[in-house]
Amino acid sequence: MHKDMELTELTITKAHQGLIKKEFSASELCQAYLDEISQKDKSICAFLTVFDEATASSLAEPHDKEVRRKKRTEFSANALRSTRATKDLALQQAKKVDEMILTGREIPALAGIPCAIKDNILVEDLRCTAGSKILENYIAPYDAWVVKKLKEKEAVILGKTNLDEFAMGSSTENSAFGPTRNPYDLTRVPGGSSGGSAAAVAANLCIFALGSDTGGSIRQPASFCGVVGLKPTYGAVSRYGLIAFASSLDQIGPIAKTVEDCQIAFEAIKGRDPLDSTSVESEIRNSKFEIRNLKLGVPKEYFVKGIDPEIEKAVKAAIKKYEDMGAKIEEVSLPHTEYALPAYYIINPSEASANLARYDGIKFGFSKIRNSKFEIRNLLDVYLRSREEGFGPEVRRRIMLGTYALSAGYYEAYYLRAQKVRTLVKNDFEKVFKEVDAILGPVSPVLPFKIGERIDDPLSMYLVDVYTVAINLVGLPALSLPCGKAGNLPIGLHIIGKPFEEEKILKIGEILEKIYVRH
Amino acid sequence: MITRKEVQHIAKLARLGLTEKEVRKFQKELSKILDYIEKLKEVDISKTEPTSHSIKVENVLREDASEEKNLEIRKKLIEMAPETKDGYLKVKSILK
Repeated sequence: MHKDMELTELTITKAHQGLIKKEFSASELCQAYLDEISQKDKSICAFLTVFDEATASSLAEPHDKEVRRKKRTEFSANALRSTRATKDLALQQAKKVDEMILTGREIPALAGIPCAIKDNILVEDLRCTAGSKILENYIAPYDAWVVKKLKEKEAVILGKTNLDEFAMGSSTENSAFGPTRNPYDLTRVPGGSSGGSAAAVAANLCIFALGSDTGGSIRQPASFCGVVGLKPTYGAVSRYGLIAFASSLDQIGPIAKTVEDCQIAFEAIKGRDPLDSTSVESEIRNSKFEIRNLKLGVPKEYFVKGIDPEIEKAVKAAIKKYEDMGAKIEEVSLPHTEYALPAYYIINPSEASANLARYDGIKFGFSKIRNSKFEIRNLLDVYLRSREEGFGPEVRRRIMLGTYALSAGYYEAYYLRAQKVRTLVKNDFEKVFKEVDAILGPVSPVLPFKIGERIDDPLSMYLVDVYTVAINLVGLPALSLPCGKAGNLPIGLHIIGKPFEEEKILKIGEILEKIYVRH
Repeated sequence: MITRKEVQHIAKLARLGLTEKEVRKFQKELSKILDYIEKLKEVDISKTEPTSHSIKVENVLREDASEEKNLEIRKKLIEMAPETKDGYLKVKSILK
């Protein structure tokens, strides 16, 4: 038992060392995490699929009773192939790594490292729900590019983690399978939409996890759960096999316990993929710097009304630490900051409404096509009724909003206008980045809030994303790093970099990490 | 406020079935969100070009040739459809 506790507290680097020194086997490591999950995840609900079934769905409180009631009584007409138990696959992979070590082969840094994958990223032959009823029984027919990369590096995939339905949300409460809870306070949200991934890392249920970030969905939950999250530059990581949400904004990235681990995981998944035409091979940039030559910008627009005073205090203290170490701190201005959020909430639902048109009850996913209770007479009925029952409230809201913004007569007033504001937001950042190496600020204006606190007021939920969405509009890389706590609740520092300067912001983050010891 | 008729029209465009209760809910919610988005009207965009992607996106072309996928993949994909016939997807009638 004591040994297991230690195993689940390891970083990638330390676990790798332990494996090659044969202090423990990959199988022991994997089993320690599986045990931890079976003990702790009943209360956290970070995972949807580990033990051959939707774990959280059978344990968590339903947030939409109507949907939940129907959920168990009515199954998709999908020809269901049996899901192989993720757990067995994980142990099988761990055993393979043990054999590699025994035969004296050199192993990659991620070999035998137990990780978790957000459930909107496809892992071949495993269920992939995107937190939605409409994909409840969808079995991924292929691996996402990032999963293929992790498998090539011999990583051990423990399971799939909970998320807001189709990654739409900032609290993981929008999952059709019930909310995930914040490991620091089980009555509070872990953030979202990658809340399951962040909570799993924070609760030592995996060493690292993959998430996706469309408007803050890696960084905000990392901040809420006191872990490190990296949203890479748009195009740095292939989106092939990521269930599409808002395609000009989506990006996959790692969530881990340390900056170094984030770097290792990012290195493993980045690169150009011929199957994602927006992916590029990142240029290798010289990321070496002396801290006394470092110029860090702090936007004056980031510390205005609405920010929690405890967050302001912690973030300013972190900025002061950089200054004390010799970095030059400059006040900068991003004048269109307040317009980024409304622009985002036009562009994001517009792209989402188009992407989600594929869920039609015809090709895959939940369908009412065979239902005789309802009067399904023609093709239109199949569309209307499958989508009515398959999608949850937030997804419907975004589809409606996006369809409205793109509809005849409104396109110019909303979508085109938002895209033009996007240009101005981008210009703001480009101007500031002529002067500074990176930008510092808060990740979230609010501390982890109570489950249920914001769910009935969509606009108040959207406002939580005020610091993160601009980064996606501009496609920049950004890191969320723990920088203190308010009581027991973690606070994150946002480090925003120039395109493809992930390595630099990671190094900048590492400087601070050395000062703030985890836990 | 958005009218009932507008909500029903958008829902139809989106092929999204709505209950009567939801029509009323969306009237209120969408109006509130759109009011917030009105903020964008304060910005002078008269001389600004739109941005659709943050990075320069170029068309990637491939040869226009058909490619035979292996049987197993084909089977996997077809099996996901709720109704099939002879290896094709089956749909309900389109015309009444």
